[in-house]
Amino acid sequence: MDMRVTDLSIARGGVPLLEGVSFALVPGQALILRGPNGSGKTTLLRTLAGLQPALAGTLTFDSESVAYGAHADGLKAQMTVAENLTFWAAVHGGADIAPALAAFDLQALRDRLAGALSAGQKRRLGLARLMVTGRALWLLDEPTVSLDAGSVALFAAAVRRHLAGGGMAVIATHIDLGLPEAAVLDLGPLKAALPQADDFDGAFL
Amino acid sequence: MIALLRRDLVLAVRAGGGFGLGLAFFLILVALVAFGVGPGGALLARIAPGILWVGALLACLLSLDRIFALDREDGSLELLATAPLPMEGIVSVKALAHWITTGLPLVVAAPLLGLMLSLPGPGYPWLFLSLLIGTPALSVIGTFGAALTVGLKRGGLLLSLIVLPLYVPVLIFGAEVARRGAEGQALQTPLLLLAGITCGTLALLPFASAAVLRVNLR
Repeated sequence: MDMRVTDLSIARGGVPLLEGVSFALVPGQALILRGPNGSGKTTLLRTLAGLQPALAGTLTFDSESVAYGAHADGLKAQMTVAENLTFWAAVHGGADIAPALAAFDLQALRDRLAGALSAGQKRRLGLARLMVTGRALWLLDEPTVSLDAGSVALFAAAVRRHLAGGGMAVIATHIDLGLPEAAVLDLGPLKAALPQADDFDGAFL
Repeated sequence: MIALLRRDLVLAVRAGGGFGLGLAFFLILVALVAFGVGPGGALLARIAPGILWVGALLACLLSLDRIFALDREDGSLELLATAPLPMEGIVSVKALAHWITTGLPLVVAAPLLGLMLSLPGPGYPWLFLSLLIGTPALSVIGTFGAALTVGLKRGGLLLSLIVLPLYVPVLIFGAEVARRGAEGQALQTPLLLLAGITCGTLALLPFASAAVLRVNLR
């Protein structure tokens, strides 16, 4: 399954952010999104995940093949690590959680409440969730926030295994993930022209 | 979907989940009315069906804003939206979980509290039945309100203002069933209308809730 994005334009809160975003991925490839704060990385990922409509452009992939990793990990503080992961596995069709726990070094924490985890441990659990979804296309928004160097290496290894298994990934990040084979898309030059500001609110004041 | 229901029930029972909150509120409200009106048995017996219905309705309202707000805060709502569950299924399961944790305990407790308000003997089965039929509609309408206000900070008050007027038909016919039952009158008409409202909301509102949730997640 290829992924092709052609001339995509996106907006956040009615303000156009990016236009003419085009790229293609084949199974086994990863794409790194770069760009300054507010350049539209998160909005682009949300659009690809089907959470918001695009202004223009075409996407040729099935939104059912997407696993989205947002800023928030979607963990329940009152449930244990294993319960959180089992829930997401069940929602996505019941994959085994053991490989995901092993990949992010969470076995020792499996019976700990998610609310008692450190920020980095929560993040690792949030990333382990991607593995139990069994989805081919990972969309990751700053996946390495609050991870230490060792955990970043675990993450890079997990992404590499996912790619080797025919998966794809689109990753918005600022740091070097240790994935030299991944293509890089710089969103800076694709910034949309700001629309003419109309003084709609001012008319009422 | 079973997994989602089980997770919501587990979360409701664990610390901070709010299980029993509505029930305790219901108990206190009914006790306050009983103390406030005084021990005049005849007056209490007359107003008992209405008080029990209003109490159940307010207790239901209490936990509505948690339905989506907690999932929205920790990001799981977005992740659920990208999961292979239809949004209509998610909101239906959420409404069902709300009913099991809030509506069902109220239905079971209401006859006991009827005793406190000296509800006449023939009224008990009808009170139970009217709440059993009516409370699912309260949960489904409330889920719609919660979906409308999910993006707002402290949307609880707005949620109440949106949802309470929508509760009026359920209250009118539910309390009417309980009142007529207590007085031994014919109650087929309000009972059928109450069942009709519940069936109608169960059939239609999940689609509306799913639609507004999709818009609110943008």
